[in-house]
Order: sequence, then C-alpha cells, then structure tokens
Amino acid sequence: MRQVAKSFLGNRVLHGASLDVRPGEVVGLVGENGAGKSTLMKILAGVHQPDEGTIEVDGSTVSFAHPVEAQRAGIATVFQEFNLLPERTIAENIYLGREPRRGPFVDVGAMERQARELLEGLGITRLDPRTRARRLSVAEQQIVEIAKAVSLDARVIQMDEPTAALADHEVALLYDIIATLTARGVGIVYVSHRLREVLDLCTTVTVLKDGAQVDTRPASELDESTLVRLMVGRPMSSFFPDPEPGTVVGEVRLQLAGAGNDHVDGIDLTLRAGEIVGIAGLQGSGRTELLEAVFGIEPLTRGTVSIGGRPQRIGSPRQAIRAGLALVTEDRKATGLALNQSIGDNALGVVRSVTPGRTTAARDEIPELLGSLAVAARSLAQEAQFLSGGNQQKVVLARWLVTRPQVVLLDEPTRGIDVGAKHAIYEVMRTLAAEGVAVLMVSSELPEVIGMSDRILVMRDGRLAGTLPGGSSEETVLALATGVREAAS
Amino acid sequence: MSAAPKPEGGPSMSEMRVARSLSSTTIVYLVLLLAVVVGAGITASRGRNFFSIGNLDNVFTMMTILGLIAVGQTLVILVGSLDLSVPFVVSLSSVTAGGLMAGQTGRIVPAVLVTLLVGAAIGLVNGLVVSRLAVHGFIATLGMGLILSGYLASNYQGSHGEAPRAFRLLDATRIGPVPMATLIMLTFAMLAILLLRRTRLGHHLYAVGGNADIARMSGVRTTSPVVAAHVICSMLSAVAGLLLLARLGVGQPTVGAQGSYDLMSIAAVVLGGTLLGGGKGNVVGTIAGVAIFAVLDNVMGVMELNPFLKDVVRGVVIIVAVAVYARREIDRRPPRFGAEPPPGQAAIEEEAR
Repeated sequence: MRQVAKSFLGNRVLHGASLDVRPGEVVGLVGENGAGKSTLMKILAGVHQPDEGTIEVDGSTVSFAHPVEAQRAGIATVFQEFNLLPERTIAENIYLGREPRRGPFVDVGAMERQARELLEGLGITRLDPRTRARRLSVAEQQIVEIAKAVSLDARVIQMDEPTAALADHEVALLYDIIATLTARGVGIVYVSHRLREVLDLCTTVTVLKDGAQVDTRPASELDESTLVRLMVGRPMSSFFPDPEPGTVVGEVRLQLAGAGNDHVDGIDLTLRAGEIVGIAGLQGSGRTELLEAVFGIEPLTRGTVSIGGRPQRIGSPRQAIRAGLALVTEDRKATGLALNQSIGDNALGVVRSVTPGRTTAARDEIPELLGSLAVAARSLAQEAQFLSGGNQQKVVLARWLVTRPQVVLLDEPTRGIDVGAKHAIYEVMRTLAAEGVAVLMVSSELPEVIGMSDRILVMRDGRLAGTLPGGSSEETVLALATGVREAAS
Repeated sequence: MSAAPKPEGGPSMSEMRVARSLSSTTIVYLVLLLAVVVGAGITASRGRNFFSIGNLDNVFTMMTILGLIAVGQTLVILVGSLDLSVPFVVSLSSVTAGGLMAGQTGRIVPAVLVTLLVGAAIGLVNGLVVSRLAVHGFIATLGMGLILSGYLASNYQGSHGEAPRAFRLLDATRIGPVPMATLIMLTFAMLAILLLRRTRLGHHLYAVGGNADIARMSGVRTTSPVVAAHVICSMLSAVAGLLLLARLGVGQPTVGAQGSYDLMSIAAVVLGGTLLGGGKGNVVGTIAGVAIFAVLDNVMGVMELNPFLKDVVRGVVIIVAVAVYARREIDRRPPRFGAEPPPGQAAIEEEAR
C-alpha cells in the first residue's frame, strides 16, 4: 500500500504511510499506542477505506468497500478481539458463509475433514474441529482464525498483537505456524509491542509515529534501542500545567501490599494526599485491571488494602465509593454515563444511589461544579449523548467529584477528546491534588503520564515492572514496559 | 399422600454443579425423564396409569399445537428475534380455513393452501420489518399481533365456518397411541432439525443470531435468515391453526389467545435450552421443553390442582431452568494468575453436539 492517509471526523490519524509485503516475508509494524498501526491494518482489511493513497495487490490497484472484498483479494486479518462465534464449532467458524455442500445440504463431514486437514497443515493435531469456539483458549482461538485465513487462500495475513495474550509455549507454537505459512509463500504483517519478537521474526520493520511512517528498515540493521528511539523521538510539549502552588504531599490515602486477583499480582503501592501517580504500560499489561481490582469490580483476593490508614476490604464498587474512592472508567459511553439521561441526572447518579442522604446538597453543588469545569451545555436537562466527548468526560468527572472522593482513579481520562478539554482535565487533576486528593491515572499516552505524574508506575504482564520519577524520558518508560530493560532496583 | 407439587424441574445445588459439564439438551431430557417418573408415580398414587393409552393420548394432544408453534419460535429466537404474533396467526388460520372449507370436502386443499399462504405473508412482513426496518422482533410482532387481533375481533364474533368430516379425521386418527396430528408436528420438528443442522440457511441462522457483525464480516447475508425464520414460524402457526380447526370442527377467532401460545412457546423454547438472545439452542431441546409442560399439565390435571397453582408450578419450572442455564453462560475474562487449565485442556473438554 502506498501513501495511505485516513481521517476520522477531521482527525488525521494516518498520513502517508506505505507498506510493502513480499511473498514469504514477515513485515513488522511497530509504534506507540495511537501511532496508527490499527488504522493501517483496518484499511488493509477493508474495515476502513483510505481517504488518500492506493492499495496494490500483485501490481494492480484495488479498493475494498467491505472486509469480504479484502479477503477475496487474498488479504486476511487476525484481529486482537477475535471474530469467532462462541457457540459454533471450529469447522463451522472456519467455513462460515462458505459451507461445503452436497446437493442442497451442508456436507458437515467434508467440512470437518477439511478443517482437520487445514489444522494439520499448520501442525495442529490436538484440536477437534467439532469443538465449540467458546471452549478454546485464546491461543487456540487464534489458531482457528489463522486456519480460517489459510482456508481463504490468503496470500497476506495480518496479525494484530498476536502474542499479547499468549503464554511462552504458545508463542513458540505461533512462531512455528508463521514459519509454515512463510514457507508456503504467504506474506505476514506482524503488529506487536514486543520489540524482541519483532526483531526475531521479521525480515523488515516499519515504524509508525503519530500516524506517519518514520522509517522502514531490514530487521538485521535494527536493535531494540534503535526501535524505541524511532518510535518515540518527539519533543516534549509544555502542554501540561504545573502543580498548583501550595500542593503538599501528605498522609497515605491508599496503600496496597502484595495485592492481587486473577488479573494482577504482587502489587505494592502507596498513594499519598496531593500526589498524582501515573500508571504506564502496554495494552493488556493489566493497568485497567489494577484500577478495577482496587475499585472492587474484580475484587482483590490476595494481599492487603488500606484506605486513609485503615485496612479495608473492597468487595464491590459500592464499598469502594463508601470508602472514598472514585473511578473514571476508560469507556465513558459504556460505563461512564447513561447516555440517554440528562446531564443533571448523570452528575447526581452516584450520590443518589450510594449516599441518598446527600442528594439534595449535591444537587445544589452541581451547577457550580459543572460551571467550574466549563461544561458547554444548553441546560442541565440536556441528554448526555448530545455532548461532545470532552464535555461528556467533564460530566463524568463532576459525577465523581460531587461524591467528595479521597482517592480518584482515572482510566484513560483524555481518550478521544479535544486538546482544550484535555487541558481542562489536567487542571482538574492539579486542583484535586492541591485539595489533598490522591490521584492515580492510567494512560496510554506517554507524554501525558510523564507530564502529569509525580511518579510513574510501569506495569507489565499484570505486575508492577518498576517505578520511575515523573519527567522520565519516554524511552525509559517504554523500555521498562516492553521488558527491554528491567527495573534498576 | 397428597405430596406437594414439587417442581419437577428444580435441581439441587449439586446438580447445578454437574450441569456445568452437561449440554443443555441433556439436562432438559433428564428433567423430562424425571417429570415422567414423578408424574407416573403421582398418577399411580391416584389409582391411575400414566402410560395408559388414554392418558398418553392426552399428553400427546397437549404437545401438538404448542410443539408446532414452539418449533417455529425456536428458529425465530435462534436468529435473534421473537414472535409475539403467533396466537393471532393461529386464530386467523382457524377461521380462514374454516370459512373457506364451509363443511365441503372438496374445498379442503384450496383452503389449506390459502391459509398457509396467509401465514407465509404475515411472516414475510414480520421478517422484513425486523431485518430491513431494524425494529426489534418484540415490537414488530407485538404490532402485528395487535393488528391481527383487531381484525379478528371486528370481523368474527363467535365460531366461524366448519371443517368437513374428512378434515376432522386428521385429529381423530391415531397410529397406536400417537395422534396423527402429533406425527405431523414431529415431522415438522424433524424438518426443522434438518434445516438447522444440514443447510446453509440453518448455519447462517445461528451465525446471525450469535453475532450479526461477525456473520456479515464472513460474507453472510444477514437479512435472509431473519426473514426465513419468521416466514417458517408463521407458517407453522398456521398449521397449528389448521389442526385446531380439525379438532374443534369450527373456526374460533379466540382459540390462539386462549392458549397463550406466544408466551408459552417462548417459555418452552427457553426451557429447551435455547438462548433468548439467539445463536445457541436447538429444536430437540424445544420438543423436550414442550413435553415437560404437557406432562406437568397432565399430572396436575390428574391431581385436580387449582388452575392458579398450575401456573405457579409452570412459572417456577421456567425460572429454575433459566437460572441453571445462566450459570453456565457466565463468560469472564480468562485469568492471568491463579488456576489456569493445562494446555490442550480446552480441546479435551469437547462438547457433544
């Protein structure tokens, strides 16, 4: 594909990226979160259509209006979130829409035999094609998706973070499968945050940054530190407000010791009044899961938690709110707001259900609170769905601030909102800190984590990989998050 | 002696744990077996024989009409929709066919054909409204049901038309203890099973009901399975209306509503293990669900239970059944830490279809 560009709602997320895939080659695609890798993949998969640029297959220009057209052209994609029907069998999933027939009937026997041969061709003999997809592990589902791609006679297979959820022995299996495919002349586009893997596996590597192609080089000329430098290499903006004068770091608000559940483990963490602590890490490293564990959504099952110096057991969000915690979730449309309810009802929602006695008092505070957040809305009665993303996020903040929390957990607080609203949210964070609230923020945007945090906790594989001081370089954070470098201590 | 009507469908906690490793269809047949055994015991304690020809005939007759409708409802629910218009299609087909036959043997065939066509047309409208206008099946068929019920109420007062003797034989004929009408129902059930297991339409029905986006990404046309399911469901309801006409001898504009076939068929489908949200389930389970209701009704009839208590028992059975299935459906994020199954375990736990 050549010089491909794509905008969403006037946001240019990809400009002028090119990618060449030859038969039997593995092309690595790397970049930070939000660098445009997913957009590029989705264009090649026919999910999105490019605004500019061309896609060529075997020298002739093609365009895909629909994912099925990309598949017919020989480009198959294994997405991070799998596209299997959980209640259907492996064979039925592979041949969905192309079921082999004998006369008017689906030839189930032939379908299962072909599926079995397909899997055996990939060196997989232990999967029964009659198994339902829901019974498969993540690695097995991925194998089925790859088998489906092979059954489509794909000549290019894109894989989005294929090893993100795999254990080591499963990664080895995936490597074997990729070797089998390249030996047959299939080209692979391999998107991964794990730079070691990319260098091991790929023949060439393309680096994207902020939607632009930074470089494409043979993997043999690259090492991990070069890759990290190419991925980051961006001037640090002075976009982030300084701490408010008079902010003092005070007593311990939240303390975790050896805390863990099914998704995170061995978490030691101390959060003091007036602090802003950032959590960095790759997608799937357990950042959101940590916040959800603290907030009682998936309660911690190991270790101890104390809030304001007192040991606490947080078994549900309700208990968390009572203990003075607030969580701004990463998906405001799904879990942050009731979109078809008014701004006023949304802002009151938490108080009304958890501390109903404060409802009247809180109702009086809300207009002022929304005013101080500069929410642009016609009235409190306006439905939340008609607000811009930034204003919605401010309403979410108001909803939590009105509960007077001691600890505020923020998950991707500025995702998908405009620059002005971002700045407003940073200022709210500074104000909270000045008022003695402890703030714990998860963000995929490294500059944000670095610019706002007093300390940066880096997560990897569900554990804390290390702690860095605020203002650390992006290279250092990324090196710790990807495992290129271990924690100094 | 008058043992309280223990809900035959109520499994204990230990059974719930076992239930995780059994398929819903297996569970529902075990419950049916339990219902038959307990029912036969209760019937025997009243000095009667559950397995007598007369009593079995009663059970089969109860299964027939609900069975036909529930088979159609299964397809509609599998594809992710619902059909609340079935009772009115039943009534409409009963009066339409009764009126057209008007007691004359020679008019049976055209009357049956016209009735089936009317059913197909209603299903087509339902299916198109659901798939093209994106109105949820609940609303689309609620509306259709209201329209039909208004039409029936304003055009028919009391019974209408008459079935000729030859047509009424359909209900009177028996092969062994099994009524002809029940065999017709079972034949349609077999055809539906064949459709679901062995045709592309059947496979796509599951795919669209499971996740329409994934189906579309795989190149499946997502409207045709929805339309087909609604057409088949309405036609089977029309057949049910014809069989009721054969049984009663006259067309009855309220016969469908009296049977509460809308909610009872949905209950039987869900009891049979089909997910109300679509994408999972089968007709085999539905037939067992229908049979459980028929056995319960029969046994409670023998016990001369208060009719309100009957509904209480039915209600308990449905809720317990769905609670058991729901425990098996809870999908959680796979744990990173803690108990992880050994590799390949998932493949070994293969589920029989």
